[in-house]
Amino acid sequence: METSKAIKLKVNGKQLELLAAPNSTLLEILRNNGHVEVKCGCEKGDCGACAVILDGEAVDSCLTLAWIADGSEVQTVKGIGTEATPHPLQTAFIEEGSVQCGYCIPGIIVAAKVLLDENPDPTDSDIRVALSGNLCRCTGYTRIFSAIHKAAQVMREGAQKNG
Amino acid sequence: MVETVPTATNSPNVQLHQVGKPLIRTDAPNKAYGNTLYAGDLMMPGMLYAKVFRADRPSALIVKVDTARARALEGVRCVLTAWDLPDRLVVTDIPGQTGGKTKNTAQPILAKERVRFFNEPIALIAADSEEIAASARDLIEVEYAPFPGVFDRAEALTAGAPLVDGDANVVAAYKIRKGDTERGFEEADLVIENSFRTQVQEQAFLEPEAGLAWMDDKNVLNIKVSTQVVEHFRAIADALGIPHNRVHIEAMYVGGGFGGKEGLTIEMMLALLAYNTRKPVRLVLTREESFVNHGNRHPFTLHYRSGVKKDGRITAMEVRLIADSGAYSKLSPYVLLYATVGAPGPYKVDNLKVDSVVAATNNLSTCAFRGFGTMQACVAYEGQMDEIAKSLGLTPLEVRQKNFIHTGDKNATGQKIESAVWSEQCAIQALEALGERAKGNDVVKIGRGLACYQQSYGRIRWFKDSSEAWVGIEVDGTVIVRCAVTDIGAGQSSSLAQIAAEVLGVPMEKVVTYFGDCTLNPLAGTSSASRALYMTGNATKMAATKVRDNLLEWAGRHFQVPPDDLQLVEFRVTAISDPARSMPIDELARRCAADGVHRHHLAMFKAPTSEGLDPETGQGEVFPDFTYGAHACEVAVDTETGEVTVLKSVGAHDVGQSLNPQSVAGQIEGSALMGQGFALCEEIIQRNGVLVTPSFSEYLIPTSEDVPETKAIILESRSGLGPFGSKGMGEPAFAPVAASIANAVADAIGVRIFELPITSEKVINALARKASGQVKMH
Repeated sequence: METSKAIKLKVNGKQLELLAAPNSTLLEILRNNGHVEVKCGCEKGDCGACAVILDGEAVDSCLTLAWIADGSEVQTVKGIGTEATPHPLQTAFIEEGSVQCGYCIPGIIVAAKVLLDENPDPTDSDIRVALSGNLCRCTGYTRIFSAIHKAAQVMREGAQKNG
Repeated sequence: MVETVPTATNSPNVQLHQVGKPLIRTDAPNKAYGNTLYAGDLMMPGMLYAKVFRADRPSALIVKVDTARARALEGVRCVLTAWDLPDRLVVTDIPGQTGGKTKNTAQPILAKERVRFFNEPIALIAADSEEIAASARDLIEVEYAPFPGVFDRAEALTAGAPLVDGDANVVAAYKIRKGDTERGFEEADLVIENSFRTQVQEQAFLEPEAGLAWMDDKNVLNIKVSTQVVEHFRAIADALGIPHNRVHIEAMYVGGGFGGKEGLTIEMMLALLAYNTRKPVRLVLTREESFVNHGNRHPFTLHYRSGVKKDGRITAMEVRLIADSGAYSKLSPYVLLYATVGAPGPYKVDNLKVDSVVAATNNLSTCAFRGFGTMQACVAYEGQMDEIAKSLGLTPLEVRQKNFIHTGDKNATGQKIESAVWSEQCAIQALEALGERAKGNDVVKIGRGLACYQQSYGRIRWFKDSSEAWVGIEVDGTVIVRCAVTDIGAGQSSSLAQIAAEVLGVPMEKVVTYFGDCTLNPLAGTSSASRALYMTGNATKMAATKVRDNLLEWAGRHFQVPPDDLQLVEFRVTAISDPARSMPIDELARRCAADGVHRHHLAMFKAPTSEGLDPETGQGEVFPDFTYGAHACEVAVDTETGEVTVLKSVGAHDVGQSLNPQSVAGQIEGSALMGQGFALCEEIIQRNGVLVTPSFSEYLIPTSEDVPETKAIILESRSGLGPFGSKGMGEPAFAPVAASIANAVADAIGVRIFELPITSEKVINALARKASGQVKMH
């Protein structure tokens, strides 16, 4: 078996060199290096709790081999926004009561961020499709949908002001 | 898309400043920023990684367990089997309390002579890395000898069936005898008889069981874990043979529970490994392990025979219930009791006969799950109501209106209902909210369904439930709530902050709730049975009120006004008669501290109690109180593919008083989708005890693409036993959902499917039966 090698990853803007075995997943190396905001729910791509943004695409980090991500840029929920500089999605999730147990939220905010980056004015149907790989057991999604609509509106208004 | 209509009817003149407002939950921001640590996120220097070796078959004798090769593997620190833990049993009677051992309630921690269910744990491993622990698990060898199993609950109860444990497979049985059913059936104009079946449902919380345990420098065993019940420290101490005060459990924010983390999750396994290795040990289950690790929802067979007058009034009801406990009873006797007491639903049935039994089998364990027996009964009694309505040419609402129980009436066990019963208002509002009916066509049929319910909140009265909370105010005016309640995602800790803020007149952000710690916080009991807010909310309100009284007594002397002339609002104490007499709360707290005024208080809230049921008649007081409401929905059924689509889903519930309407609506909306999963797609399937739906690839829960137009209607009678007149809501919101969907499908296609889940295949088969005239017509 091949031995581990150091791979280069830019995570939330910070360049890292992380040791990864050939069979390590991106999820494993992120969590083993302190990025426990990336949650593990099934390890087979069913639940989306581990979703991260990999070079602009939302991926299940449990299905992505670490070596394949070598040289890539990764964004987790913490890279999307923080308490000091919250992303409109995070603010909307908090205000709309979209968060219950919260375990699915890091993955759902990742999926929603990629959606809004590509489509600033999504329909209900667009949102449903974008989140179809993310399971939530507590909320019934309704407040998640309304938060994404709200964030999209805030971002559009912000873009208009700036534009 | 989502509309919440807070409807304050019958409200007494109470001015609430923070309760009843859609405030941001205290836990929400950090969850949205990814800052919240769950039990599986924790690490310690030098920690070991645990794995569990499980049986590969549901029923067998264990001839030999060979762990030699696993123990010899480099990096393996500990391998434990039942032979290392002589006679160690876990007694699950009443979680969190020190109950006595009843039949089948003692479960071996690790299987010894016999395997009784698929994937029963046989050995525990702790190693230097996750990979080594997994390799060691692969090196364990078990020699089995065949032993017959039983996998059907009815068969398990027949003479000569293989015995799962002890001398009979009856885990528990109850009966209710009320009035004279024979006479009731004689008086009936019509008798309707049907059998319903419900399936095993998996809680499917998003966070699999996880935890970290270690022995500390006080020789205390610490366990940080994802659990609904920190009081399991007692069972763990007893199993290890160490004093109760040397086990310290802290529940982290829990990534969903729904009953699945009410029993012991993995804390016993962690405890054994940490105690034996004296090193920190971490165990995080995979999804597949989680599916077999906790008890799921009890499958039921429900046989109902109802006698009615032409006008729809029920004259008699006979019910037979059979449930499956799996191999060990866990909470099965109580789940069955809930179903038995709940059998007639929110209806006045004077002539009632119920016989119920829960059988041991070699299937996967069943235990607590939101609705706890009551929701299974709802599928049947609400199906019966619609069948009665159809036969008599009444609407579903009309037949229910003839039979609703009202305040002051006695329920199935003769308990007088003291609080408001707004079933009718809820049903009317839920139906109205469906709006204009969708248009169907030759292929797609539209149907509507209504279901009402009666769901208890609070634990069984003879458990003599209590809850404690401590509230204190610091000299800067900030408030601390200490209460060992677990926060499983419904906003338990946030609600307590809100209550303390309301009573003490401080903004919610000035309050911190310290929760989920069995040693450093006063014990609060479980987050289960829709009791958390009711019990811990009352305890917190009592404690905060005492602190308030102390502060106002000092302020009354200072301002020379009677204390009841003072109010604590918006971070100030102010005399109502003379608003110039006023000071900020931080100054008040500081001056009280300087004068030696007690600024904290520990309060205990005790629920109403009773001494149990009459075993022959089933009469007695079982629960503190009940929540009432209704769910209505509209479905579209494709008669070519059999696919059912829920178009609209409306829950209308009398919640007594909503503390945070956003959270209440969240419970209703989440219940709507979880109930939809139970009605249409979710089913744990076992073939001869072997799980064939071991992950989310095979066990399908609703996704974002299945969400209907969902509406939560909140009614507030302020008549509940909880703080500010609230009633429990975690389970009630869920109780009627599946029944309403089953009723809507029957309405759409004109034939009832008696067995959940209502899959496309069952719809097609039902339509074929209808076309061939095999459907029973009344």
